[in-house]
Amino acid sequence: MVYALILFPLAMAAASVALPSNRWRPWLLPLGGLVYLGIALPTISSSEAGSAVTGFGGWLLLDALGKVVLGFLAVLFCTCSLYVPAYLAARADRPNRVFCATMFVSLATMTLVTLSHHLGLTWVAMEATTLATAPWIYFNHNPRSLEATWKYLMIGSVGIALALLGSFFLAYASVKAGLESTLLFDQLVREAPQLSGPWLHAAFVLLVIGYGTKMGLAPLHSWKPDAYGEAPGVVGALLAGGVTTVAFLAILRVYQICRAGAEAEFARKVFIVMGLLSIAVAAVFVARQRDFKRMLAYSSVEHVGILVLGIGIGGAAVYGALLHVLNNGFTKGVLFLSAGNIHRAYGSKRTDDVSGALRRVPFSGALFLAGFLAITGSPPFGPFVSEFTIADAAFGSGQVLAGGLFLAFLGIVFVGMGATVLAVVQGVPSARADENGYRENAGTIVPVLLFMAFVAVLGVCVPAPLNSLLRQAAALLEGQS
Amino acid sequence: MLQFLDPLLIVVLALNFVALGVSRIRAVIHAVAFQGMVLGFFPLFVHHDLGLRGLLLIFATVGLKGFVIPRYLLDAMREAEIQHEVSPIVGFASSLLLGALGTGLALLFSNTLPLAAEHADLLLVPASFATVWTGFLMLTTRKKAIMQVLGYLVLENGVFLFGFLLLEAMPALVEVGVLLDLFTGVFVMGIIIHHISREFSSTSTEHLTELKE
Repeated sequence: MVYALILFPLAMAAASVALPSNRWRPWLLPLGGLVYLGIALPTISSSEAGSAVTGFGGWLLLDALGKVVLGFLAVLFCTCSLYVPAYLAARADRPNRVFCATMFVSLATMTLVTLSHHLGLTWVAMEATTLATAPWIYFNHNPRSLEATWKYLMIGSVGIALALLGSFFLAYASVKAGLESTLLFDQLVREAPQLSGPWLHAAFVLLVIGYGTKMGLAPLHSWKPDAYGEAPGVVGALLAGGVTTVAFLAILRVYQICRAGAEAEFARKVFIVMGLLSIAVAAVFVARQRDFKRMLAYSSVEHVGILVLGIGIGGAAVYGALLHVLNNGFTKGVLFLSAGNIHRAYGSKRTDDVSGALRRVPFSGALFLAGFLAITGSPPFGPFVSEFTIADAAFGSGQVLAGGLFLAFLGIVFVGMGATVLAVVQGVPSARADENGYRENAGTIVPVLLFMAFVAVLGVCVPAPLNSLLRQAAALLEGQS
Repeated sequence: MLQFLDPLLIVVLALNFVALGVSRIRAVIHAVAFQGMVLGFFPLFVHHDLGLRGLLLIFATVGLKGFVIPRYLLDAMREAEIQHEVSPIVGFASSLLLGALGTGLALLFSNTLPLAAEHADLLLVPASFATVWTGFLMLTTRKKAIMQVLGYLVLENGVFLFGFLLLEAMPALVEVGVLLDLFTGVFVMGIIIHHISREFSSTSTEHLTELKE
């Protein structure tokens, strides 16, 4: 089953390349997304008893943490894939062979990151994900998307080259300690107490810089507004939900090793500082942001910050951070897809040209507004629960400064984003927007509604199987397995 | 075995300066290709018994870094009608000076590192850091997109060097994965360069300044 999770998307990618019809090819995505979900969910639940799914001589292993990310990824990809046919039908002018094929390739490489228990393999899969996602950003083939793609490629590749150096440092930490040099994750965790401290320290820094660049943590986020701003909405949803999450998983793997060694305190301090910095940077740039897709990119910087902040605070906040992976990913699905619809309806993504979305595209406008309320942590939506858990854990464990700053920045983001979002949805649409022939249809609305439903359900209650999985994963990270 | 590497490492370091100092892009491509080839042959000096797998890996590395990637970049240059001059932001003399400074610091810094006893007097670690530094310099001080790709390749060569301290950590399969990623990366970058030159009639990244706050 584990192999099927990687081979099936690759086979679908080959099918996308082989199918000659530009019109029918996009339908492979919902088909592939549903089948993938059908493979992933039984794989996750079948090994509930704790027996891990393994393959490839211990290189591939699905532990509780991997299960959380894999399940999330499957649902995210499947829901996004439902949106693709209607979107590409509206963009019939553009060839979509590369777009569809790389969707599947990146699904395979992201799956590989979730399964990998070999840090060399993790690196290969992360770099492959960067490369497979680059053509998405260039989908519109204009100078702006070209610039965004170049920045994404160069910054991402340099960042990830540093992550490779960090991985080597990690292996060297065992050489220095007189052990066999290895990058096998489980062996490193076992041997962590003996690993050479300085090398582990340096490895952690480089790996956080490397994978943090992919995650878009401040101050390594400079590619993010450009890439998310210029890419189609569905790409934004997959990048902000999927790619950042697998990069987060790679950082968590490194954290697990540091935690087992003597570097836990240092790692948590780095996470708290980078997390708060990311949220602060987002708060500054979200205010008066006139481009609503760039605004969403800064919101993504904020929320990856919240993820690492939760890990840094520790205790119950780790559970909160893992829950926030789902909440953030699904809410970003709502926001990016509805923003994509609004962008198409107006032919612009700037608040100078866009107003009255609630009248022009009522469903997308309303969902965009609801998504904004959810992502800024308003009850009764999912992100409220996870953000509250993190803040509560911060105050409960006496980290008052971190908790206080966290809440203050969240307040600023709310006000800043609110101004832009209200400018988009309220008011009267311009005459030019009314002339634009775009109409909402089921294909572009139902996936957004599904995402909204997930966010609402997670706000009311976390289903029991998911809850126990999240607890197991949090226990893994807290070293109590 | 590792100590036999030192003469080769000096060649690698010298090539860093060639890549920083020459004014024609074609010459930089050749320097980077030669550096990649030298690195590709390293396992011959490091491993005691290579086996078929090891030999194939050497073949793949040398072929890719020494022939396939440079050929592809030269083709990209011709197709995109890239001018031959490097046109740096920081002049050649200053680049060389910065490169020398970085190399010196890498040597000093490596002396302070807690290396395992058998690696303490090797040139491998400082050479690795100096090459990474050169890659960074090329990435940040060169305007043309193709020069940034070459900078990335030099940076990757530097990281690759450090990997020779670790014999067992990187199994052949992962090494192949790294090479495959490198090739795909350069391939995708080449396509984007082609589009940049078509869009702006130049491959200078100076034109890529529209997106900002």
